[in-house]
Amino acid sequence: MELVLNKERVSIAVEADTTVLSMLRERGLMGTKEGCASGDCGACTVMVGSNNNGNIEYRTINACIALAGNLAGKHLVTIEDLESDDGLHPAQKAMVTCHGSQCGFCTPGFVMSLANLVEQGIVGTSTDTVSDQVKLGISGNLCRCTGYRPIVAAGIAALNSPAPPTVCHDVARRFLDITDTELSGKSYARPRNLAELDRLVGEHGRDCIVAGATDFGLNITQFWRRYSQLIDVMDVAEMRVLETAGSDMVIGAAVSYTDLEAWFAGRSPIFVKLLHRLGSRQIRNSGTLGGNIANASPIADTPPALMAWDARLLLRNSSGGEREVRLDAFYVDYRKTVLTEDEYIVAVLVPIASLAQFHRFYKHSKRLEDDISSVMGAFSFYGDASHIETARIAFGGMAAVPLRIPALEKLLTGQAVDELLITRVCGQLRNELTPLSDVRSSAQFRMDMAAEMLDRALREFAGTALPRVDDLEFDASGALGDG
Amino acid sequence: MDDITTSRPGVHESAVKHVTGRAQYIDDIPEWPDLLHVATGKADRAFAAILSMDLSAVRQSEGVIDVITTAEIPGDDDIGPVYKGDPLFARNEVQFHSQPLFAVAATSLRLARQACARAQIEYETFVPIVTIRQAMDAASFVLPEKSFVRGDAGVAISEAEFSLRGEQYVKGQEHFYLEGQVSLCVPDEDGGVLVYSSSQHPTEVQKLTASVLDMPMHKIQVEVRRMGGGFGGKESQAAALACTAALFALRTGRPVKYRMPRSDDMVQTGKRHDFWNRYHVGFNQRGEIQGVELDLAGMCGYSPDLSEGIVDRAMFHADNSYYYDSARITGYRCRTNTVSNTAFRGFGGPKGMIAAEAMLDDIATVLQIDPLDARKANLYQPGRNTTPYGQTIEQHVLPGLVDRLENSSDYRNRRRAIAQFNGSASHFKKGLALTPVKFGISFTAKHLNQAGSLVHIYADGSVQVNHGGTEMGQGLYTKMVVVAAQALGVHERRIKVTATRTDKVPNTSPTAASSGSDLNGMAVLDAAQQLVLRLNEFTAGHYGVPIAQVSILNDRVRVGDVTYPFEEIVKLAYLNRIHLSAAGFYKTPDIGFDFEHGTGRPFYYFANGAAASEVIVDTRTGEYRLSRVDILHDVGRSLNPAIDLGQIEGGFVQGMGWLTTEELSWDIDGRLLSNSPANYKIPTAYDVPEQFNIALYDEDNNEDTIYRSKAVGEPPLMLALSVWCALRDACASITDYKFRPAMNAPATSEEVYRCIQVARASMQ
Repeated sequence: MELVLNKERVSIAVEADTTVLSMLRERGLMGTKEGCASGDCGACTVMVGSNNNGNIEYRTINACIALAGNLAGKHLVTIEDLESDDGLHPAQKAMVTCHGSQCGFCTPGFVMSLANLVEQGIVGTSTDTVSDQVKLGISGNLCRCTGYRPIVAAGIAALNSPAPPTVCHDVARRFLDITDTELSGKSYARPRNLAELDRLVGEHGRDCIVAGATDFGLNITQFWRRYSQLIDVMDVAEMRVLETAGSDMVIGAAVSYTDLEAWFAGRSPIFVKLLHRLGSRQIRNSGTLGGNIANASPIADTPPALMAWDARLLLRNSSGGEREVRLDAFYVDYRKTVLTEDEYIVAVLVPIASLAQFHRFYKHSKRLEDDISSVMGAFSFYGDASHIETARIAFGGMAAVPLRIPALEKLLTGQAVDELLITRVCGQLRNELTPLSDVRSSAQFRMDMAAEMLDRALREFAGTALPRVDDLEFDASGALGDG
Repeated sequence: MDDITTSRPGVHESAVKHVTGRAQYIDDIPEWPDLLHVATGKADRAFAAILSMDLSAVRQSEGVIDVITTAEIPGDDDIGPVYKGDPLFARNEVQFHSQPLFAVAATSLRLARQACARAQIEYETFVPIVTIRQAMDAASFVLPEKSFVRGDAGVAISEAEFSLRGEQYVKGQEHFYLEGQVSLCVPDEDGGVLVYSSSQHPTEVQKLTASVLDMPMHKIQVEVRRMGGGFGGKESQAAALACTAALFALRTGRPVKYRMPRSDDMVQTGKRHDFWNRYHVGFNQRGEIQGVELDLAGMCGYSPDLSEGIVDRAMFHADNSYYYDSARITGYRCRTNTVSNTAFRGFGGPKGMIAAEAMLDDIATVLQIDPLDARKANLYQPGRNTTPYGQTIEQHVLPGLVDRLENSSDYRNRRRAIAQFNGSASHFKKGLALTPVKFGISFTAKHLNQAGSLVHIYADGSVQVNHGGTEMGQGLYTKMVVVAAQALGVHERRIKVTATRTDKVPNTSPTAASSGSDLNGMAVLDAAQQLVLRLNEFTAGHYGVPIAQVSILNDRVRVGDVTYPFEEIVKLAYLNRIHLSAAGFYKTPDIGFDFEHGTGRPFYYFANGAAASEVIVDTRTGEYRLSRVDILHDVGRSLNPAIDLGQIEGGFVQGMGWLTTEELSWDIDGRLLSNSPANYKIPTAYDVPEQFNIALYDEDNNEDTIYRSKAVGEPPLMLALSVWCALRDACASITDYKFRPAMNAPATSEEVYRCIQVARASMQ
């Protein structure tokens, strides 16, 4: 495959299951570190530049679980390339002067995340402080030495420095402008449309599909499985759409969480907030909505939310046959879905009207940021507090699959929100679910939190604001701000 | 140039290398083409007899060059650092889940792991002991219990106006150094081995490698340039990798790398101990403690490792900063079928201190006074200055330090504001706590309080410094540059600190117990002073002036009224055959402890600090945020304020992780459930409060330490107890502070939620 690696256009032979990190280290580029090999620590953070409909964009990814084959036609920037003739990159300089490194092992990853913020300029919403933006940027980077304060300070200093030249240079720009680079390798296929994908699925089977690899990569790095053939769907045009069509929003299965953040920014800040807690910046840059759904994890964050929104899935098989399935009918059992052997998800269809309804997505996890849910609750109510017309209640982490609870929805339908109703429906919830105890939570706590979420959603629907701790804004003195 | 180079916030000596990715860790050393990679076969139960182990398929697996079990070890197969009990590979019995049974060297890590999976092993499974309570019930201990006794605590408690009892379960902690355990071994032409190890204790790696290989220590060289974090986890735990890789290197004649993937590291290496603490305390109306009975039971895992000293240190710190008029403090070292727990920043100290802090909060609740007043009433002060183990506190830093923090953090006004906030109908409640830290500095094993150095002045005037300490990010090398520059009177630019090696400075102590700068700094100072004396004597003789007229200052040599560039005098000295290399040595004076009677002076001095933390808790879910932290910390006269600040912040956040989101958990079969960063959560940037005010308490060390500085590595970790106490305070607010529910650690949102339920129930 061909890519631009730092300054040079190179041709590299990789296997289907070669990770970006192992490719780099085999080439002697040792600045990118392996901390966990599971996308949790960010020591392996690198920047990838790609041509997104004419815009050259650079994003950070976890090299440890990303697949090298996905880099064909792209520009990979590693820590070795940040220094220029002018000396250190502002992110590097700031990390030195702010004392942002101690043992130094996580440092290249942090530097790449900070350099990416510098590269992008200010991102995020206008109400975010620079400090918030830096924290969002390094949300996937763990440091065990510094306590982060000097790293955040370095990020702020770097963002306030005179902007350095972009990491994109002439060689990269010319290369990224070529749209007909051969993306597919022998064992790593990158179809560009559904027809090509159908042919590949027909030939190799549906289980070869990867869509972001943020979970799939762990099969390689944690379970040491081997794959001789993979189909990467990230370039399939029909799976990258993000548009409204009729009464639906159509979200291609290969749309990344980061792209969803931008799309939902003006549509549902609540969903954007959920995305922030779903995974780190690096994970959100790689991971996809389709992957989150098809992976069929009982603790995936987006399915309960999408169920509350009455989302449907557009499925397609290798013969080109398509059908629609409601998401709440998609999961059959633990890690089992209605997908037939050669079927895959093309897109998620969300009724536009759902977004205008009252909805709340609550997540409980041991660590607020970048952690897997112990309980995820999603609620959507239509009508008003004196008369709930329709209700949607869905949970993750409470059963073998993400699921809606129709019995509770029925209890609410046509009712007025009052103490009696809240007590009754939250009490009934305990009869509807039998969660497990595991490393993240006890069953009892899961149950209490699920009931609390339902209680909170109903009270908020009735007009009582019950902010959660991640809604709190602190002013400079550490006191609660007005927010 | 200022002649004082200490107390300057210089950057870390490797900072530029860190940020450019050029800092080399062991896994970054270019690989030889014939390099072998190691993986181990792991037991899949916690306690079992090995009935048979068939490794024939392992040996035949692709890429496998060699396989070893305990039978292949030529020397001693036991690598216990103090006491025996740590076989490199299980002999005929499995003692903990994932214990190494055998090791494979193959041409790639993947092939080595693939081979390991082919072992056929038959076990007879036994019921494991996996909790402290099970161990206490079964009297299962790795070492006998010990007590410190001062006065008759039982009588004092029974005669006291008030008394109370409490208990807490305090979980351990995974080190989660970002660089996992790793060693690279290269065989040499003499049948010895050059060992690259990510270790805090190169000498022990050397000693154990030699003993496993059955050869004298002089055939093993160990080099440690830097670690990607240690935190105690690479004090004893690094040796197993070096021993295994060295044995393969010797058997195959090829270089061998053993790097543990994170998934192995988390289940196969020791962690901070769980503790179960119980206390019984008597006190008067002023809150003064008259007698304390404390039982501290630590979960040591299957072997002693360093647990004797760790539980000792928990006992030594069960007073934290408070005077106990009489006390009986007992430490139990529980044996469980879990990985052998080991050193972790604080070394047991945090586990004793958290009992003291819980106790002080309970006393305040009984007396209905502010917990800070209960604490202040008990701080060591002149006249009330003898510890339960008989050491006299000589430098009373804390009363003044706590007062200053009370003011600078605006504690009293915030306490009032919080009371008002908590009186409102909000589902949020706030908590506040100001807690002190007093941490004893010195290894309690007296012989470890020694250090060596080797300083060379080259003929061009450049200086190379070597010492027995290791760099794990804490800035030791940076501080040693400061010490050498200051002692020699030259600019820091002249000085290079080189990788720690057992062939440069022998018989070193681990870089642990916060002692790195104290011990090695004094050893570097000793060598530098020898060189200065030699140079000055030479210069005086050469120029025919009295030695009093010669000095080295500001990078120049002064001879009477004339100054010469340092390198000019060095060159002259070389030409006149002056020995320009010196070995330095230091041993801590005045310390000694009688372990039999539990009295003496184990610590040369104490490092102190205090922190005030404020939290806000969602009482509906137990979720919380840390909204503000103020810290005042005593580092004596700082060798480098920037580095000390980094240690304080980093230690605090690491302690906060231990007490909040980091939760180790084992199932009843002894399998570690929290076995990856996906289910073991250390703090992120988001967990650190925006308002994080830290200041150094500027007071020289009373003792004659290196430039009157104080150790800083471990003490700040325990400042995080303020977060835990603040969370408990928020729970108590529900009862208007009439009742303070017992809280375990970590205070996860689930634990805080449980405490809130208990608090609510107390009111019915």
